[in-house]
Amino acid sequence: MKNFNGKILFLDRSDINTDEIIPAKYLTEASKSALKPYCLEDLILPGFDPKKDIQGKSVIVTRANFGCGSSREHAPWVLECNGINLVIAVNFARIFRQNMFNCGLMALTLPEAVIDEIFRRFAGTDAECSTNFDAGELVISNGKDRMVCKYEISDFDAALVKAGGWVEYADKNY
Amino acid sequence: MGKTVAQKIFDAHCKDTPAKGVFVLSLDRVFCHEITTPIAINDLVEKGKDRVYDPDKIKAVIDHVTPAKDSKTALQGKTLRDWARRQGIKDFFDIGRNGVCHAIFPEKGFVRPGFTIIMGDSHTCTHGAFGAFAAGVGTTDLEVGILKGVCIMREPKTIKIEVKGHLRKGVYAKDLILSIIKLLTVNGATDHVIEFAGEGVVSMGMDSRMTLCNMAIEAGATCGICYPDMVTVEYLWPFIREEFSTKEEALKAYSKWLPDADAEYAKKVEIDAASVEPVMTVNFKPDQVRTVREMEGTKVDQVYIGSCTNGRIEDLRIAAEIVKGKKVHPMIRAIVSPATCDIYRQAEDEGLIKIFADAGFCVTNATCGACLGMSNGVLAEGEVCASTTNRNFNGRMGKGGMVHLMSPATAAATAIAGEIRNSPLFND
Repeated sequence: MKNFNGKILFLDRSDINTDEIIPAKYLTEASKSALKPYCLEDLILPGFDPKKDIQGKSVIVTRANFGCGSSREHAPWVLECNGINLVIAVNFARIFRQNMFNCGLMALTLPEAVIDEIFRRFAGTDAECSTNFDAGELVISNGKDRMVCKYEISDFDAALVKAGGWVEYADKNY
Repeated sequence: MGKTVAQKIFDAHCKDTPAKGVFVLSLDRVFCHEITTPIAINDLVEKGKDRVYDPDKIKAVIDHVTPAKDSKTALQGKTLRDWARRQGIKDFFDIGRNGVCHAIFPEKGFVRPGFTIIMGDSHTCTHGAFGAFAAGVGTTDLEVGILKGVCIMREPKTIKIEVKGHLRKGVYAKDLILSIIKLLTVNGATDHVIEFAGEGVVSMGMDSRMTLCNMAIEAGATCGICYPDMVTVEYLWPFIREEFSTKEEALKAYSKWLPDADAEYAKKVEIDAASVEPVMTVNFKPDQVRTVREMEGTKVDQVYIGSCTNGRIEDLRIAAEIVKGKKVHPMIRAIVSPATCDIYRQAEDEGLIKIFADAGFCVTNATCGACLGMSNGVLAEGEVCASTTNRNFNGRMGKGGMVHLMSPATAAATAIAGEIRNSPLFND
């Protein structure tokens, strides 16, 4: 299982699309690792600098409909290349969400009010997330403040995360 | 309780339900192109699983960057081409015979009502126009589809959109779907299937139905679906005439994929077709839609007519009608890309290519290139394109560029006027 703990990158916007996460012109790369420098290159978010702000982050907390648009799995790949294995949002575009779990990464949803509270208490601070996979719990903290959030994940998604992806699971079962 | 179209298709294709609400579906078709498939192929080779579940059910095309523009895209094409030959995939389409995937695969007769189809491309929802369940997937799902002929899908809820009455003259499927996306928002149909019903849809030809279903994903939908009817049967007839003795018999067989009268919908929306007018997007989300009337006079640098949304023969006929005998404005670069080689030839036979060329359009081969800023019409920083494509995301047609999505009629009128302009075919 991959690592789902670490510093949080807050992206305070809904409808962040796959072209913003990884522009199409980089889809000609033959390897996943080649995508690394281009993560979130075209993101429209005032004050966000992809060259500085992604460094050292392992978890994204964002608003609604993250990953909408294209089917490109390059979007989860470029996050993983940059050490980001967990995205927390109000909801996700279907394909992006499935791509995350298919790669053994996690796309977790929390109610809008909880996401609001996380932003209110932790955005702009040096916040971290630690994930207790077996308990279905996230702990968000920044030294001064601490918040525990329960999350729900289906048994099947959990199985994909544990197996490390859908290819292995499917080849064994079908 | 009755069933929706998607529920019926899911029931008929269910191989397993590994968890509540999760279906493993058997696949009737796996479509492939050269951008998202090569990584799946390479991964299968590395894993020692270089095989396919059924070479007759897999269809492949080189369409995104064609002809190749550089060594990297040449390698992507080669990877797909070599694999298709190695695996005995007979339906593989290379330059000179290719086309934009969501235009060429229906044109070749690969889609049927009731089919399950996946492709590593979000606009796969287009094929729902035939009453199929067709969904875009990522490379891993595609890889499993190629290897095992199955795909995981969460149980879909369905939104039914009933289009009452007829669209006015000069108003098209593109105007309707943009108006629907505005209404639903880009997150309004996430994890849902959309059924498009009503007189306004029934009266459309297959090209327009494909335009409608193509952009279902822009509201977040898994698939857009139109009900199979005689229009569907007529389109498919050259491919199914061996299978059925009459068209009526085909229609009867396909009627099993209609929803039950008491099917349960997550939401029902009614739209008065006569209230729709020509619209276009502004800004960077497909739900940011305004009437062309409000936007007239806006400057653009490039006009693009083509893509899986609006590069079919109906689209070219409409654009040519507006362009005929006129000249592209000197401040505009205009590009038209018929969506497949066959559409190109048909447009030539009908005299449309000459109309475009005489007007000063650059007529390019079939490719997705410009739509996603990869080739054949990429924008420079600060440039604006009036485009018949499907996404206006930031940087979509080139870093720092702006895309206004619109119908071929509005795009053609804009090319002539040199600024955003309603088409003369629309009389308010």
